Amino acid sequence: MARRPSSQKAAGPGLDERGQALSEILPRAMEGFEAQFAAALDEVTMTVEPRAVPEVCRIAKDRPDLDFDYLRCLSVVDYVERLEVNYHLLSLSRRHKMVVKTNVPPDEPSVPTVSSVWRAANWFERESHDLFGVVFDGHPDLSPLLLYEGFEGHPGRKSFPFHDYEEW
Amino acid sequence: MITTTQTPTQQADAIDLMVNMGPQHPSTHGVFRLVIWVDGERIVKAEPHVGYLHRGSEKLCEGENYGQVITLFDRLDYVANLNGELGFCLAVEKLMGLEIPERAERIRVILCELNRIASHMLFYGVYGLDIGAMTPVLYGFRERERVQALFEAVTGARMMHNYIRVGGVKEDLPDDFGKRMTTLTDQLGRGIEECDALLSDNEMFLERTKGVGVIGPADAIDYGVSGPSLRASGVAEDVRVSEPYGIYDMFDFGVPIGANGDCWDRYYVRVEEMRQSLKIIDQAMRQLEPGPIMAKVRRLLRPPKGEVYARTESPRGDLGVFIVSDGTDKPYRVKVRAPSFANLQALQHMLRDAYIADAVIILGSIDIVLGEVDR
Repeated sequence: MARRPSSQKAAGPGLDERGQALSEILPRAMEGFEAQFAAALDEVTMTVEPRAVPEVCRIAKDRPDLDFDYLRCLSVVDYVERLEVNYHLLSLSRRHKMVVKTNVPPDEPSVPTVSSVWRAANWFERESHDLFGVVFDGHPDLSPLLLYEGFEGHPGRKSFPFHDYEEW
Repeated sequence: MITTTQTPTQQADAIDLMVNMGPQHPSTHGVFRLVIWVDGERIVKAEPHVGYLHRGSEKLCEGENYGQVITLFDRLDYVANLNGELGFCLAVEKLMGLEIPERAERIRVILCELNRIASHMLFYGVYGLDIGAMTPVLYGFRERERVQALFEAVTGARMMHNYIRVGGVKEDLPDDFGKRMTTLTDQLGRGIEECDALLSDNEMFLERTKGVGVIGPADAIDYGVSGPSLRASGVAEDVRVSEPYGIYDMFDFGVPIGANGDCWDRYYVRVEEMRQSLKIIDQAMRQLEPGPIMAKVRRLLRPPKGEVYARTESPRGDLGVFIVSDGTDKPYRVKVRAPSFANLQALQHMLRDAYIADAVIILGSIDIVLGEVDR
């Protein structure tokens, strides 16, 4: 079936009060990094260079006015011409949240690890390495987590044949 | 349990003994393999191996349209199906900015809280089994079966309901729902007290669980632990309260927390949560008014372009659903932040320096569902 895009505009919620406040302090806190700030529905987003990720995350965690102590999720989205790595962060004490994003080329995807910032990142990074082939530099153990030893290819990617079923 | 004298391959000392548990083992709660290095009776290092149930659910979502994806979410956390469905539907609704009819919201709350009780009852039963108590499982399953019977009457299936839809719920409640619920909540209320009295203060149970598998609040947060396992460590984080979704801000209920972060706390937080769930159900039932059960949405959903991250409190913890939409009828990318996945990571921490005989007890106390871990 043809995939017709919808003409509807995003109608979901916008930034709440805490999100507004965060979007004001964030650019000041992250001075010195080349970053683009935006918002995706109710989340503040910040796009940085791959090599800046660990430092940005470290600041996000250590600065008392940011205090992102909880890594909610780490995910990779394959946009074919680039892979986007998303770090969904949450602060349990300040109750605000943000997404750190970075883009890596699909043929040589590599991002420094954040598993030393949050131990939670360990398995999330291993999973992303399995499914998307993103190499997290400095990760203690990138052995396959969800796939088996010796599996070839990265099944998460759009280029991986997955939905090519044939009726039989 | 198979014991080998094979020398370990990684890090651990050469004199340590490697013990392999699973993947086919009754107390691993699914296909899960745990490799433990022991020094005498003490665990030096533990390495969980997962992925035996990896079905590529996230990738499968990209090939189905939004309505069909719900069936895949049923199969992630297969003991709390409705909570999984809710997680996905809420994310899509958030992206589309949909308003859900009151009645549908209340039906969702009632069923999801019932599902939470059913899930915790299953935990209660098998946790008893893990420790060697045969009786609790019979009581736990009896209570769970009552909930399942109600689900069958409402959704048409005991499990894999496919009942919650983007915009509301599939069907209205059966006519005798009120009557059935009165009986059910009554039975569950008594059942929970019975279960509590049966196991919680049992001398041997306390002996096996108190002070075992401790994880402190700072470590738990760092590992991304969520749900009852995090609350047992004394962190009062419940998505229903801290970031209320649906109509959860309208209910009055408590968030039980533990003090020590040990196995007993993780167990008892869940028992207490069942009581709180009953409280929510009771309030929701009283406000249940007739009305529409579906918002006006098209059959073939085409959410606008964009991305959304929605959090819900599933029985196992913070269930996050991240959807990237390209404006077509199929999601471009779906990522599930499964609570069990993050919780299981902390197992290595909890097992360190524990006795090998406690390994099964500690694993049982975080209540994992492998369908969700492996996706």
